Amino acid sequence: MANKTYIQSFCTIEENQIKVNGKILFEKEQSLFSDFSKSVYQHFNIDYPKFFKMDNLSKLAFLATELLLEKTENEEQENNTALVFSNKSSSLDTDTKYQSSITDKGSYYPSPAVFVYTLPNICLGEISIRHQLKSENSFFVFAQFNPLFMMNYANILLEKNKATSVLCGWVEYFDEEYKTLLYLVGAEGELEHSEESIKKLYK
Amino acid sequence: MEALKQELKSKIIEVLNLEDINIEDVNDDDPLFGDGLGLDSIDALELIVMLDKDYGIKLVDPKEGKDIFQSIETMGAYITANRTK
Repeated sequence: MANKTYIQSFCTIEENQIKVNGKILFEKEQSLFSDFSKSVYQHFNIDYPKFFKMDNLSKLAFLATELLLEKTENEEQENNTALVFSNKSSSLDTDTKYQSSITDKGSYYPSPAVFVYTLPNICLGEISIRHQLKSENSFFVFAQFNPLFMMNYANILLEKNKATSVLCGWVEYFDEEYKTLLYLVGAEGELEHSEESIKKLYK
Repeated sequence: MEALKQELKSKIIEVLNLEDINIEDVNDDDPLFGDGLGLDSIDALELIVMLDKDYGIKLVDPKEGKDIFQSIETMGAYITANRTK
């Protein structure tokens, strides 16, 4: 029988508010995501200029990860933290921005800096660079959040010793609408890693 | 030339999203890549697009960029000599 796994910490970002382990750490009055994300960056004293070059999906994933992985930085364990993310809109927000930049034949200047973000799994690369992860990573696109799939996938990675912990969840962004739930799963903890637990965190 | 160099600094900061850098922080001879502004390969491609879009200069061989994009000074000199708009 497989060993039990646990949710060690979790972070949600939606409607201009950030919670870690259920506690509100930051919130801002109604604002555009660009303003909100910049405020978060400043509030938590993050020093990583490349953040401002990222697309919105990567910024969202980056910020949530920053708050969950900050305390385990430089540990060997962290280098073996797998990333398993999912969402509904893939990279559509950036795809449409790129598309609009190439529709006018009279002003055809495709932006390389925008183009490189026209895949959802780019955010996994950004996080891996930031946290020096050389681990397994996957990005799935579902019509809606799929807790059972995510749980099984994370457990398989842990059972097969492909990772010592798994950062997983939902990172959805399209046209100023966003919602993120990322949670860290490992062999130890108090909150059982079950479909029900994940559903409760996502609500 | 002085006005062009100021314009370039402003455009580079805006186009490349150099959020924590001001115009005053960029000296004309500062290297744009490496230890200077720390630009990367994607930024280099973005600068090539900027030359085309804003100054009507098409770089056929991206390797040319290595000399042109050394600094604001070298960019300014190249644009002054080759601009079509």
